[in-house]
Amino acid sequence: MRRIAALLLLIILMQGASVCRAEGIDDAYEALAASAGSISAASFNSVRLGIEQLAVSGDPRAAAVIGALQDGLLYANDDHALFIQQPDGSYADARTGNPAPDVTDDDVKAVRINNAVRSAIEAALGSLQLFAPDVPTRLAAASAVFTSHNPAALPALTRALAKEADPAVKQRMEQAKAAAIVYDPDASQRDRLAAVATLRARGDQDARSLLSTLAGQTGPVADAAASAVTAIDRVLQIWSVAQSVYYGVSLGSVLLLAAAGLAITFGVMGVINMAHGEMVMIGAYVTFVVQQTMHAYVPSLYQISLLIAVPMAFLVSGAVGVAVERSLIRWLYGRPLETLLATWGLSLVLQQVVRSLFGANNRDVDTPAWMSGATQLGGLTLTWNRMYIILFAFLVVAALMAALRYTSLGLRMRAVTQNRRMAAAMGIKTPWIDALTFGLGSGVAGIAGVALSQIDNVSPNLGQGYIIDSFMVVVFGGVGNLWGTTLGALTLGIVNKFLEPVAGAVLGKIVVLILLILFVQRNPRGMFPLKGRAVES
Amino acid sequence: MSLDEPTISRRGLGRLGVAAATLAAVGAVKAATSPAAAQAAGGTIKVGILHSLSGTMAISETTLKDVMLMLIEEQNKKGGLLGKKLEGVVVDPASNWPLFAEKARQLISVDKCAATFGCWTSVSRKSVLPVFEELNSILFYPVQYEGQECSRNVFYTGAAPNQQAIPAVDYLMSEGKVKRWVLAGTDYVYPRTTNQILEAYLKSKGVAAEDIMINYTPFGHSDWQNIVASIKKFGSAGKKTAVVSTINGDANVPFYKELGNQGIKATDIPVVAFSVGEEELAGIDTKPLLGHLAAWNYFESVDTKENKAFIKDWKAFTKNPKRTTNDPMEAHYIGFNMWVKGVEKAGTTDSDAVIDAMIGVSVPNLSGGYSAMMPNHHITKPVLIGEIQANGQFNTVSETPGLVVAQEWSPYVEDTKDLIGDWRAPMRCGAFNVKTGTCTAGKKA
Repeated sequence: MRRIAALLLLIILMQGASVCRAEGIDDAYEALAASAGSISAASFNSVRLGIEQLAVSGDPRAAAVIGALQDGLLYANDDHALFIQQPDGSYADARTGNPAPDVTDDDVKAVRINNAVRSAIEAALGSLQLFAPDVPTRLAAASAVFTSHNPAALPALTRALAKEADPAVKQRMEQAKAAAIVYDPDASQRDRLAAVATLRARGDQDARSLLSTLAGQTGPVADAAASAVTAIDRVLQIWSVAQSVYYGVSLGSVLLLAAAGLAITFGVMGVINMAHGEMVMIGAYVTFVVQQTMHAYVPSLYQISLLIAVPMAFLVSGAVGVAVERSLIRWLYGRPLETLLATWGLSLVLQQVVRSLFGANNRDVDTPAWMSGATQLGGLTLTWNRMYIILFAFLVVAALMAALRYTSLGLRMRAVTQNRRMAAAMGIKTPWIDALTFGLGSGVAGIAGVALSQIDNVSPNLGQGYIIDSFMVVVFGGVGNLWGTTLGALTLGIVNKFLEPVAGAVLGKIVVLILLILFVQRNPRGMFPLKGRAVES
Repeated sequence: MSLDEPTISRRGLGRLGVAAATLAAVGAVKAATSPAAAQAAGGTIKVGILHSLSGTMAISETTLKDVMLMLIEEQNKKGGLLGKKLEGVVVDPASNWPLFAEKARQLISVDKCAATFGCWTSVSRKSVLPVFEELNSILFYPVQYEGQECSRNVFYTGAAPNQQAIPAVDYLMSEGKVKRWVLAGTDYVYPRTTNQILEAYLKSKGVAAEDIMINYTPFGHSDWQNIVASIKKFGSAGKKTAVVSTINGDANVPFYKELGNQGIKATDIPVVAFSVGEEELAGIDTKPLLGHLAAWNYFESVDTKENKAFIKDWKAFTKNPKRTTNDPMEAHYIGFNMWVKGVEKAGTTDSDAVIDAMIGVSVPNLSGGYSAMMPNHHITKPVLIGEIQANGQFNTVSETPGLVVAQEWSPYVEDTKDLIGDWRAPMRCGAFNVKTGTCTAGKKA
């Protein structure tokens, strides 16, 4: 019975909805309602067919019903009547939109969806929204139709194209139309060849994906598709080099952020601080706390809570750094082995403190809307969060350099590291400068934690993943040199990203480490060694 | 084979000469060291809980410690076991694999625990295995794993590959029409073995070698940019592509974030994960992950009376209305109840008696059926495929019609395809080669 019904639906679909519109609508709603609560393959299939039919039926409620289904708000009762759950938890009749006050949660079952149904929903909403008043919705709709490349959407596309004024949307619609035509067995060969040319001009991976299915067949269209795939591949190949550079810079910026603080505490002060990673981790937890506080008390500032977290993380991690220096590290100057052991112990203590306070589970730091998603630049995919982190890393390093060069604190810091006794003789309180320098390094680590909360787990183990990389960067770049740290981080990032596709992530990392060992053996002071008397002391 | 065969009465029968003498000698030595001997004196039965409470694995294992304490408390409210009170002994192996073995030894020899519930990673299980075998104690292991093991002293309450990975691949093949496969995993024993099995399975289903991409990453890998990009590229060959993820632990969050940012939706390239449950999703913004899949034997969203009661107890016990439940917790729930039944059936906590009594024990699981302990020391389970929803829960989209029996030795791997494990008398062998008729490993005299 169900198979016959499905076949019937298909036939109606092929014929176009205009033939028996009213009955078609009833069938479509029935297909949705009858499947409520079930997870069998047949019921998902029937929901999918129902949606496709509803989309072309012209029913004014179609968009609302399909939208509700997408959000998981469509329910049906035992009599196969459909209801949409409202934001306040009550129900409204799906076919009329009128409130249905008698319906309770116990009467209805949700209409379930899976990925196949979700694709159908996106395609259906796409063709329904081709005429939406605002440009972004139309653009998204055209993209959805492109992805579904269903020939059934062709009439709607043709009508939409005739009305479209925005050039970007128009181009996307042309591409969507081409995608549908190349898969339309009824289309003429000339139309299909033109469609292949349109897709070839688009030239991205989605277009390649559509064309390569055709390329396997025979005939002139397939030949055109095959040559288009080759052409697209050639262009993508060139872009992929640029893309790898971008990935490398992005990884380098993360390494740079993590290592910048260490460049102060280890590079300038010479303290082997194994708890450096935990300062980063504390910064990430500060971000979490700030975001939760904003969420609870000042929702209007929620989107910019990351910006507020930056100074907070600096202050908290910096304060922890000062406290650590005063209580632990100042007793251990000149004893690197003891410092190493003590700070390593400290890192375990800090991890367990955070674990006891916040629990062992990852904390969810939301990515604000302005940092989500990606943008397309030619053949490059640039993800927003990585772009902001690259920018942020360079800002942090620039600010750090400026602070060391132009502020009086920076002057004193340099004086103390260059010649401690002379600086003391000039009246500089060297112990406090030590504490503040360590605090500055830790504070910068805290800032790194804010950025890392966007790309990594906020868990007590966050810092452990970065400590070795940070030391690697500082030693490679040249101890005591911020420029060296910057270039070191970028070099390591780019080398890593070019090795990874060839050697795999595991072997790639090993190769980088081996190269680094060989380099440091030849140049023990790194890429940019400090020169002059400071080195000898 | 029938399960209700009286296995205990077979002990010592049918064994002659040297074999019987050896058995007697082993038995005598065991009696002296057996945990049961120590318990007879006291009024409590001790239960070992061997889960990391610090270090990398604390994120997953702390919950299992809590659920064990809850189960023990509930059992005590019901009057304990054999008239004695149960007492949980918690130790912290700190995500340090050799320390697992030390702590296991301490639980068995010093604390005299009758049974131990613990371990998460396969490497920790491999580390304690010799200890449990040497001291003849019992371990309940609650996590899905790669199979290829069948010890007399371990009861595997998590899923074997055919109870998780293979049904998930089947689902994608039939429902998702997937033709091209990315097998992405963390570089250690579980993903490597699982992917080896899956690769053989896919090839047996006619998938060509160029349609399979295998990728391994180190533990805690956080920069997924070019791997996700290469998955995207692999998926643009015009065939429907899916990712089978055995990525473990912390690396998942950055992986899913990168997928979301590069705009890979579940409707384009679905990712089916075997190590991502409700607990892991609690640390991720799930909106971009809508529709990505996971295969487990239990979801918190399973709508049954037993599950609702369990969730209610759990939230009351932890005094936290936001705590989630997950699959390994259900495995401990089943394993603990099975052990209680096994001990009641044996009338003692003596390891040998309980090990024999366990086979055939059947207890309710949380998804509305009964799970039974099979002769291979694995349990029967339903397999559920769920899609991630915006609220961090899974929406079941497919369920196996019946319970699936575990295949501890994979039939898709050349070396193990003829092996079976059967710990009932007279076979009593963890790796019996049916072709040659010999017991290749794990023979118990």
